[in-house]
Amino acid sequence: MSLPLDGITRRQLLVGSASATAALAAGPLLASAPPTPRPPGRVWDCHVHLTGVEGTPEERVRQLLKYADRVGVDRLVLSLGCTIQPDPSPEQLRQANDEVLRAMRVAPDRLFGYAYLNPRHGEASLHELDRCVRDGPMVGAKLLTAVACNDRRLDPLLQRLAELKGVLLQHTFFHAGGNAPNESTPAQLAELAARHPSVPMIGAHAGGDWEQGVRAVRSRPNVCVDLSGSDPCAGIADTAVRELGVERVVWGSDAGGRSFASQLGKVLGSELSEAEKRQVLGANLERLLTPVLAMKGNKR
Amino acid sequence: MIVDVNVSLSRWPMRRLPCDEPAKLVERLRRWGVDQAWVGSFDGLFHRDAAGVNARLVEECGRWPKGFLVPFGTVNPMLPDWEEDLRRCHEVHGMPGIRLHPNYHGYKLDDAVCEKLLVEAERRGLLVQLAPRVDDVRVQYHLVRVPDTDLKPLADLAARHARLRLMLLNGLRSAKDPLPAPLLEAKNVTFDIAMLELVGGIGHLLHRRKVPAERVVFGSNLPFYNLESALLKLQESDLAQAELAAICGENARRLLAAKGPPG
Repeated sequence: MSLPLDGITRRQLLVGSASATAALAAGPLLASAPPTPRPPGRVWDCHVHLTGVEGTPEERVRQLLKYADRVGVDRLVLSLGCTIQPDPSPEQLRQANDEVLRAMRVAPDRLFGYAYLNPRHGEASLHELDRCVRDGPMVGAKLLTAVACNDRRLDPLLQRLAELKGVLLQHTFFHAGGNAPNESTPAQLAELAARHPSVPMIGAHAGGDWEQGVRAVRSRPNVCVDLSGSDPCAGIADTAVRELGVERVVWGSDAGGRSFASQLGKVLGSELSEAEKRQVLGANLERLLTPVLAMKGNKR
Repeated sequence: MIVDVNVSLSRWPMRRLPCDEPAKLVERLRRWGVDQAWVGSFDGLFHRDAAGVNARLVEECGRWPKGFLVPFGTVNPMLPDWEEDLRRCHEVHGMPGIRLHPNYHGYKLDDAVCEKLLVEAERRGLLVQLAPRVDDVRVQYHLVRVPDTDLKPLADLAARHARLRLMLLNGLRSAKDPLPAPLLEAKNVTFDIAMLELVGGIGHLLHRRKVPAERVVFGSNLPFYNLESALLKLQESDLAQAELAAICGENARRLLAAKGPPG
């Protein structure tokens, strides 16, 4: 592609620079068009998978970073590996986490990871937490749909996560036709959050049906919602911030199945102030990850 | 020069939308350099007085500079005397096209009445926008559960009516598995990007699925969706300048000027 930029192309601009900020200096989309929407500050994506792109974990994450750069996304938190297994065996857990660890090595200054866990396999999951978070570079845990998240089998995992100061990203959804077996609702996440108030939790997709989702977790201060993985409905970011407070809304895309673009539009098209957008798009996740990163001695 | 082919006026019944007042909607379109919007009405999905809906739509579009909001009337072939609604859209209101919502109106694409409507639209040279969905079935309000329209019969319909100009709104979902191949290959069908998903989705559609750029148009589903999401999709994909120009406006303008199938 050759988008004009004072004699150089946007692609040329990006060569030798991983900076998403640099990408956004590229100017208008069309010569005669006004500037396209741009994030007002750093963008940290709390919800990314190695799907929707092809190849090895390294190849996949390079493609994701290329697209992230084009719309101004700085950092990604990866989880689940190259193939999403809803009820993984211990071997599949290890493989998924190994794939994320491989991807993270491509750009350790831009990529974080959550350890994928399955409460049906408690010992294996504790081992993965220790391997990937305590002894590795990951910053939290990801739970999908193997077990509803108010299940008591989560408790030992959450206790270990609290010791490690890690963050939990929990898939949540309110399906109009009823949830799949063991697919967690935001209300079930609120139950879990009440039992483990010291663990910062992110309710993924704001519960899908976000108008109900934000209400369901409203009373639990240790629960944030992410805005990922649903259609870019107008009002989602505004409603979440109004009901939860700006500090409890974080941005995520659910890329690569979803596009960074459609999901970023939820915030850039909102009526939030520039300061609020900065908080939702990056600062809140940065704050949530600070304790675990500090524990690892990591610099941000 | 951007033409947004997928915009609606009036209120979504289950939720207030930030841009559901015409002035705010227009301000948002202008903010991002949209030069023209093809506009239907949410009322068209729910109201039985389709004639009243279309008259109000024309009146509202007329409040803004000529040609900025282009009305596309709703025709519901399940209503008695829908033919008169179609006639008024064409002859009274001078609309260039109509918008169909088969799922909200309760018919299938292989129902005889659907083909009858398309035949009449083809005869009149009207562009037909067909929306197989407006919202995500997974999160619909419990009293309004509306499955997506099954698009399988559409390729045959398009082939039988080769002079009909058909535009699918919200028809593309994942660029990995967008639509049945015969539909993607139908030369008289165009697709908007409002619901297209996947990182680099437009690029994937054009360069991997080989859908010609001439058959893709810019649509946002504003005000139900944020306009910014569709704009950012253009930025995210690796597109040539000619492809961008085609998608952003050239294709829509050509369709509006034509009286037969594109190309």
